[in-house]
Amino acid sequence: MIEISKKKSVLKLENLTIKFGGLTAVDSFNGYLNEGELVGLIGPNGAGKTTIFNMITGIYKPTFGNVIFNNIDITGMKPHVITHLGVARTFQNIRLFSEMTVLENVLVGEHSWLTNFAAQKVLYKHNPKVYRRPKWKPWFWSAVLKTPDYLKMEREMRDHALELLKAVDLERYANLKASALPYGPQRKLEIARALATKPMLLLLDEPAAGMNPQETQELLEFIENIRKRFSLTILLIEHDMKFVMGICERIYVLDYGKIIAHGLPKEIQNNKKVIEAYLGDEVYV
Amino acid sequence: MKRVSVKMNFILTTILVIGSGFFLLFANNSFGDYWSRIITLIAIYAIMAVSYTLVNGVTGIFSLGHAGFIAVGAYTAALLTLPIHQKAMSFFIQPLIWPLNSIQMGFLPATIIGGIVAAFFAFIVGYPSLRLTGDYFAIATLAFAEIIRIVIQNSYSITNGALGLKGIPSYTTIWWSWGWLLVTIVVIGSLKFSSYGRALRALSEDTVAARAMGINVFRHQLMAFVVSGFFAGIGGALYAHWLTTIDPRPTSLGIMLTFYVLIMIVLGGLGSISGAVLGAIFFAIAAQWLRIVESPMNLFGLKIPGIPGMSMLIFATVFILIMLFWRRGIMGKRELSWQLFYNFFLKEAGDRN
Repeated sequence: MIEISKKKSVLKLENLTIKFGGLTAVDSFNGYLNEGELVGLIGPNGAGKTTIFNMITGIYKPTFGNVIFNNIDITGMKPHVITHLGVARTFQNIRLFSEMTVLENVLVGEHSWLTNFAAQKVLYKHNPKVYRRPKWKPWFWSAVLKTPDYLKMEREMRDHALELLKAVDLERYANLKASALPYGPQRKLEIARALATKPMLLLLDEPAAGMNPQETQELLEFIENIRKRFSLTILLIEHDMKFVMGICERIYVLDYGKIIAHGLPKEIQNNKKVIEAYLGDEVYV
Repeated sequence: MKRVSVKMNFILTTILVIGSGFFLLFANNSFGDYWSRIITLIAIYAIMAVSYTLVNGVTGIFSLGHAGFIAVGAYTAALLTLPIHQKAMSFFIQPLIWPLNSIQMGFLPATIIGGIVAAFFAFIVGYPSLRLTGDYFAIATLAFAEIIRIVIQNSYSITNGALGLKGIPSYTTIWWSWGWLLVTIVVIGSLKFSSYGRALRALSEDTVAARAMGINVFRHQLMAFVVSGFFAGIGGALYAHWLTTIDPRPTSLGIMLTFYVLIMIVLGGLGSISGAVLGAIFFAIAAQWLRIVESPMNLFGLKIPGIPGMSMLIFATVFILIMLFWRRGIMGKRELSWQLFYNFFLKEAGDRN
């Protein structure tokens, strides 16, 4: 069984349900993530995994249920506000800004530093003692007029972006177009871009998709690495079982929008329901 | 590859600007009236094109409402600079309403107010229509531009309706138009190469990813739309004082103008500011040159009467050919930069040595 840890809760999903017309894509999903955990979300195709990601990041609004991030109810907030609060994600099919350079891709993630006023306000409202009252700055005008304030910010952003690229070992590609990168580094860049928004919670949607075993192994180490380095809590969707079993501390298994199992990797491996969901019922002829 | 340093860039650009200034001075004094008017028009077109490329190229939303904002800017500025006696004379169907009929101001404040009013209209048009995407947005903006034109055509007590405004003082000189073009390029260039510009380019490539990166897509698009509207208004104000007569026909400040500017930015390369300027230069010169085909001519013994609209036919053909075979235009998404020149000329020279 799973021990109940005393750690701080980062994400809590309460009765998360979404219906598209008559189809219930996700049916009262209950789940949690504690600080520093790395949790897997698996299930057959169409089980509703990515839909859960989309609800957490605000792209879909759940029909019922709540998304609690850091004790703040973020259900129904705008995607950009949720990102500014500290939830970043990557995509199943890589969605880099392919016409822009590697460095610019990361810098786009850092644009949120200038525009996070709404999120700051949410934080202040949530806990006025800890967070300072946000001050709105006309960053847009500063950016157009290139005030010293803005130039300083731009320098900081650039330095931070380069540091981030160094951390993910993409520094040498900095001025290359993102589309010119090989597949593996593109995946890494997508993660680096997500890290640029300074997240606490990172949602990875099939990070190992389309990778060979060796690349997958590298990715596994890479994720472990950044998790420690940036003290992240990670929720990931993956189909590669070896990868999932090797990296996740806990696993949720989803089928037809419902949790069918939840537990440690070992427990999941031997769970009858999970095997059924993946391989189908026994058939008697 | 050697990089052109920031300092060098600055020096070369300053030299270029000053050099262009001298060239304009020379052109103004010795090219004659006709060509100095064309050179003035080039800058006006370039202002319209650069502001249009901010929306259609950099931000990647396909608007067809540019002429609407140009018209708003043109009418606002013209109503503010028209001499009071001229207003009394022109508005003979219905007199001009109160504050406007007793105001006459200088060119600069009128131009800026024209820009601000156009920006305000851009906000009003953009706010609802930016909720649409793709073709729907294009159709909505096209419709809004047409609404603006038809409102202008029918509000006799403000715009003099279909009669248009006559006798607008011809304030627009080479200096005004090229000065405003410089301002436009500096502001929009500065915007494009700032963090906001990066956000705009990002959302033009992938809205979903941009949203996940914490970009408020709607607000950024609206911001680009309003800035574009402002400079469209400036362009319109200059245009009005260059034409000295404006009216709300579709062929003058209507949909035709949007298509002219669209041709310029597609020719120059969508999303490139320098491309937009080059496109405007080509368009303005080609439009003059194509006057020949509209005049009667004698082709190998075959007498052809002047066909009005022939130049548009050629433009349309060229436009289709560009779309088919040369979609990236002159510059693509790149900008003219000293680095580009360096790579192009000096690197080759270096290789030879």
